[in-house]
Amino acid sequence: MTDEIFDQLFQILASVPDPEIPAVSVLDLGIIREVSAERVVITPTYTGCPATLAIEQMIRKALDDGGFAHVAIETTLSPPWSTDWISDEGREKLRAYGIAPPPKGAAASALKNVQGAECPRCGSSNTEEISRFGSTPCKALWRCKACLEPFDWFKCH
Amino acid sequence: MDALATYALRLGDDSLILGQRLGEWCGHAPALEVDLSLANVALDQIGQATHFLNLAGALEGEGRDGDKLAFHRDVMDFTNCVLVEQPNGDFAQTIARLFLFAHYQELLFTALTASKDTQLAAIAAKAVKETAYHATLASDWVVRLGDGTEESRARMIAGLDWMWRFVDELFVTDEVDAAALKAGVGVDKAALRAAWDQRVDAVLAEATLPRPAARRPVLGGRSGRHSEHLGHLLSEMQFLQRAYPGATW
Repeated sequence: MTDEIFDQLFQILASVPDPEIPAVSVLDLGIIREVSAERVVITPTYTGCPATLAIEQMIRKALDDGGFAHVAIETTLSPPWSTDWISDEGREKLRAYGIAPPPKGAAASALKNVQGAECPRCGSSNTEEISRFGSTPCKALWRCKACLEPFDWFKCH
Repeated sequence: MDALATYALRLGDDSLILGQRLGEWCGHAPALEVDLSLANVALDQIGQATHFLNLAGALEGEGRDGDKLAFHRDVMDFTNCVLVEQPNGDFAQTIARLFLFAHYQELLFTALTASKDTQLAAIAAKAVKETAYHATLASDWVVRLGDGTEESRARMIAGLDWMWRFVDELFVTDEVDAAALKAGVGVDKAALRAAWDQRVDAVLAEATLPRPAARRPVLGGRSGRHSEHLGHLLSEMQFLQRAYPGATW
């Protein structure tokens, strides 16, 4: 595969937003596992995430529109997706969107030792968990005790 | 179905039926946060069921996918354990069922990640991270209700007491389990019991709750002998496909 085609494919994938959190692209989320001239391999975030099907359809349409109708989309479960795969750029986009990004490298140990999330609005770490499950499978609901704003926290996974 | 397909089917049926039961709380839970939690857990379980049932259908090789297996079978063909089909009852009873099952499921999936079947191992590795959340959620509520008011404590005790009789079935090894285990595909479920007891006892102690008294175990789900509740659950879950067979969006 030439660099040019590779760049084109990456540009197309970078333009496909997550349907639930449109501030980040599927590339930022780290769910694109392989890109070649023949196929794009994706992995779901959560097994039950209802966005999985929508994401595949959106990538399909973007590839078709970009002249890559022959590139197949495949899904893999292994290795399982982790929030560690969210790019640095993706983390900043989440924060700017009002969602506290998960701490990096904390996926394995995070479940039972939830560290205080940092408020995406004022940056304070004086925060508390309101609900461990939130509006989508990947988020929990937190509140900032400094600026009193509630916010979503992207769960470590 | 051969043993391996049946093994995957059982895993899928457990997740599907528990997911359907938990989904019944959607819009009815005692608080918004609880509503979100139970719906999220239900979603995870149904996601797991989709993977396991699709795999079971593929292994069977007769053209049935996960949807077909979920919506076009009747009670006696379901292989879930009797625990997960138990009615929700009150909130404490729902938590009791999730508590007992989620700890089993987390241990089971952890062991299943070592399966020689790469697809089963991949689904387990994916699902175990979610199940850890479910076990934590349920344990937190067992402590909160058990070590709460007189009313919440009494209900938690009653919920656990009812659900306890269905626990032994989780750890039974029959010919399907034995074949899967021999092939290096399945998990030695009996070997999980000690770790399960330890986890459950630790939470009960924190909740200041007594361990429920041993009862005559209720078995039979794996071979299609279910409580009357499953038929009612299916009649609701399968309504659309029964009324309009093969309907699609």
